[in-house]
Amino acid sequence: MTTTTDLVSYEDALASYDPVMGLEVHVELGTKTKMFCGCSTALGADPNTQTCPVCLGMPGALPAVNATGVESAIKIGLALNCEIAEWCRFARKNYFYPDMPKNFQTSQYDEPIAFDGYLDVQLEDGETFRVQIERAHMEEDTGKSLHVGGATGRIHGASHSLLDYNRAGIPLIEIVTKPIEGAGERAPEVARAYVRELRELIRALGVSEARMEMGQMRCDVNLSLRPHGREKFGTRSETKNVNSLRSVERAARFEIQRHAAVLNDGGTIIQETRHFHEDTGSTTSGRVKEEAEDYRYFPEPDLVPVAPSRQWVEEIRSGLPELPLVRRNRLREEWGISGNDMQSILNAGALDPIVATIDAGADAASARKWWMGELARSANESGKALDELAITPVQVARVAELVTKGELNDKLARQVILGVLAGEGTPDEVVDKRGLKVVSDEGALTTAVDEAIAGNPGVADKIRGGKVAAAGALVGAVMKATRGQADAARVKELILEKLGVAEG
Amino acid sequence: MSDIIKLTAAEIAAKIASGELTAVQVTEAHLARIEAVDEKVHAFLHVDREGALAQARAVDEKRERGEKLGPLAGVPLALKDIFTTEGIPTTVGSKILEGWIPPYDATVTKRLKAADVVILGKTNMDEFAMGSSTENSAYGPTGNPWDLTKIPGGSGGGSSAALAAFQAPLAIGTDTGGSIRQPASVTGTVGVKPTYGGVSRYGMVAFSSSLDQGGPCARTVLDAALLHEVIAGHDPMDSTSIDAPVPAVVEAARNGSVDGMRVGVVKQFRGEGYQAGVVQRFDESVELLKSLGAEIVELDCPSFDLALSAYYLIAPSECSSNLARFDGLRYGARVGDDGTHSAEEVTSLTREAGFGPEVKRRIMLGTYALSSGYYDAYYGSAQKVRTLIKQEFERAFEQVDVIVSPTTPTTAFAIGERADDPMAMYLADLCTIPTNLAGNAAMSLPCGLAPEDNLPVGLQIIAPAMKDDRLYKVGAAVEAAFVEKWGHPLIEEAPSL
Repeated sequence: MTTTTDLVSYEDALASYDPVMGLEVHVELGTKTKMFCGCSTALGADPNTQTCPVCLGMPGALPAVNATGVESAIKIGLALNCEIAEWCRFARKNYFYPDMPKNFQTSQYDEPIAFDGYLDVQLEDGETFRVQIERAHMEEDTGKSLHVGGATGRIHGASHSLLDYNRAGIPLIEIVTKPIEGAGERAPEVARAYVRELRELIRALGVSEARMEMGQMRCDVNLSLRPHGREKFGTRSETKNVNSLRSVERAARFEIQRHAAVLNDGGTIIQETRHFHEDTGSTTSGRVKEEAEDYRYFPEPDLVPVAPSRQWVEEIRSGLPELPLVRRNRLREEWGISGNDMQSILNAGALDPIVATIDAGADAASARKWWMGELARSANESGKALDELAITPVQVARVAELVTKGELNDKLARQVILGVLAGEGTPDEVVDKRGLKVVSDEGALTTAVDEAIAGNPGVADKIRGGKVAAAGALVGAVMKATRGQADAARVKELILEKLGVAEG
Repeated sequence: MSDIIKLTAAEIAAKIASGELTAVQVTEAHLARIEAVDEKVHAFLHVDREGALAQARAVDEKRERGEKLGPLAGVPLALKDIFTTEGIPTTVGSKILEGWIPPYDATVTKRLKAADVVILGKTNMDEFAMGSSTENSAYGPTGNPWDLTKIPGGSGGGSSAALAAFQAPLAIGTDTGGSIRQPASVTGTVGVKPTYGGVSRYGMVAFSSSLDQGGPCARTVLDAALLHEVIAGHDPMDSTSIDAPVPAVVEAARNGSVDGMRVGVVKQFRGEGYQAGVVQRFDESVELLKSLGAEIVELDCPSFDLALSAYYLIAPSECSSNLARFDGLRYGARVGDDGTHSAEEVTSLTREAGFGPEVKRRIMLGTYALSSGYYDAYYGSAQKVRTLIKQEFERAFEQVDVIVSPTTPTTAFAIGERADDPMAMYLADLCTIPTNLAGNAAMSLPCGLAPEDNLPVGLQIIAPAMKDDRLYKVGAAVEAAFVEKWGHPLIEEAPSL
């Protein structure tokens, strides 16, 4: 297959076929040291400076299991509602590749540490889709190859290759779904939502930062089509190492269209790995799997079996944080907002800042208002994420507090926030420096109210005649005279009082 | 021949501690012996003259400063070339590691250094410890000091020959299917395969991970015990190492006795293929044990007959994976890197030139046995046999304290005699392999010369896992009785070279 295959439109593809997906996600754990040796896992070091005889596969070197890696795997398994094996082993997956020092990968085969679970994921409209989890197992990452001299950075045409083993041996958890059926046209959306939910989960567990752009989380999208009504799965393609949420969705969508085109032409899908290209949104053929590769798995004799005691597993379970979906549902109820509102908050990346602002003393409504309003606008304009803005949740909470106390009104508060973002200091410092205080001196206000009434006799008459709504014009005049620093509510009270009208 | 080289390790250590000898004198005497005879014996692949003398000087300085010396301080040792030694070549008897200088010390190497043992050099071995004659070394065979035309056993033939030729009083071997015990047997020396997990495998180049076990080699039971105590014990770098106190082997070796012990004789360890003189010396050993107060118990262990077959599936399977790392990319030999070959081709050329025929045979056997579709029939079945053998040992040890057998069915055969017949070669490990499969402990010690060829015969003692001390208790008693009977240790009958 080449990229020049004509695609069938997405709608037409779905009219004839039912997509089935399998998602394999690799997560690099954030442990301080590698899975089987004491080398650092820190990113950004010079090539081959974080290596030792073990992760270089030197003759005689032996692995020793990183207990934190096992604990992280159990956490992930529990959070995915999996069974945790009472006894399991590592296995050797034998194949040759220069960036794999031992020429076998220490992994798990038929005895994964976690199996038979599920993850509920929420789609854009708030609907929940349950993805069944086949297994989560522990393994080690490979090194990295850099192919030099070729046009594409791939090995083809390269004059030589450079190898960096810093990544070799970094703990990985591979999470494999069962076939995802019944998602229909929403399959690509389900794929994206699943990977996003998994990422949130991994972060909430604190086992990895799961930054896809850094390769800390990578997704393989396996996809096949079958005609509606048929039970048997079609031949799948395996799109490897898709590294953003958007790409996961696009890759699935592209493969649905490509498969449909091949099948409509009477062709057959070749079981092969494919590469996804961000620029074109398309996939191209990688390696053809003519027959299942024989990895000659066998139990790793250099490691003793992993047998987590039930007591340990229960301790880990009881220490799990509230999981993201549960938390979101709880907050949605507490805040009394709709599923769509929550989705907007998530899409804006505002959930954690809002919660932190509430934790710092603000009420939920104002925390949401500021983060989804003024701050979202600023972030949008400056092209930053909310948590990259130069304001802290504590500072936002302070602004909200000043509004509640009546020391600021919304308009002034916005100026305070802009001041903080501009680096002028804390909210209180900005208030002082810019002289942004609600005028609460009754004397000054009374004078301003008197002047407004005197200057607008017609309006004053209307109010006296019962048209309370007309007071807005007088309030506006007072606010103008005080350069916005008055408390509008108090101004209105004073006007009505002066004119002898009770608020209706 | 200087008297120093005839001393046991225990005697050397005592003389150094008392100041009667210096470590440098002892080391120089052994280096001189190596210089004099190793051209004929070829026990060593590398002699670290400077390193050994530096270690010896350090011991002497320690003594001069009045520091306490360990029980083997200043005693020279020959290290099998399968243990990594920082800065010193480690070839594993293979061309594929020719020129490799390891950047780290094996745990055994570290412990020897920490105990102030003087490492003289690295000894010859069958390539990757695969063989029973040391003929599979890529660097040429080793001669048996009893008869240089005969094999010194294998894979640890260099270590056993170094002991029998008085080039060193101590040596280290590794035993995957008998590579410590069979060489000890055919050279009239003592060799112990500790309980699996008793001695760290970290830095011991792997042949078959679930079977490999390093252990002590010496000319006396006590010396082996002293060395055992230095190298054994838990190592966090080896997950399979046992986290329990080392059995009290030295104490056992100093208090040899079999009085009241139940000693098993396994029916399966005799019959076709056993040399008459070997059977004769073994039967005499059983009589000796009886006369020393042991009760002899006949045992039937039918699955032991399957041990060799199971071993030749498990060991090659693990080796096919363990040796995959030798691809010419990171260390050792590299062939074909002339700009005209791809990395894959360089790996093929390197392995083609770097591995010898026996290693290739086992890699192919193991690759086949692990292949999908064959795994259950071969590797899977072999693991079941392994479980049966373990269970038969467990049942046997409900009835007896130790088991005895000939170590190997024949005395040393001629160099070249079995080189082209792998099956004949594999039979040399018939009596030793069950112990590796079960993971328990065993010793070989001399029990006389076979009347027909005047070559040493070995008696094997097998103990349950973590009861290594029983080997020494029984071994010391047998050794003492034989020395009394012969009027001297057997090794004194070896030719002077």
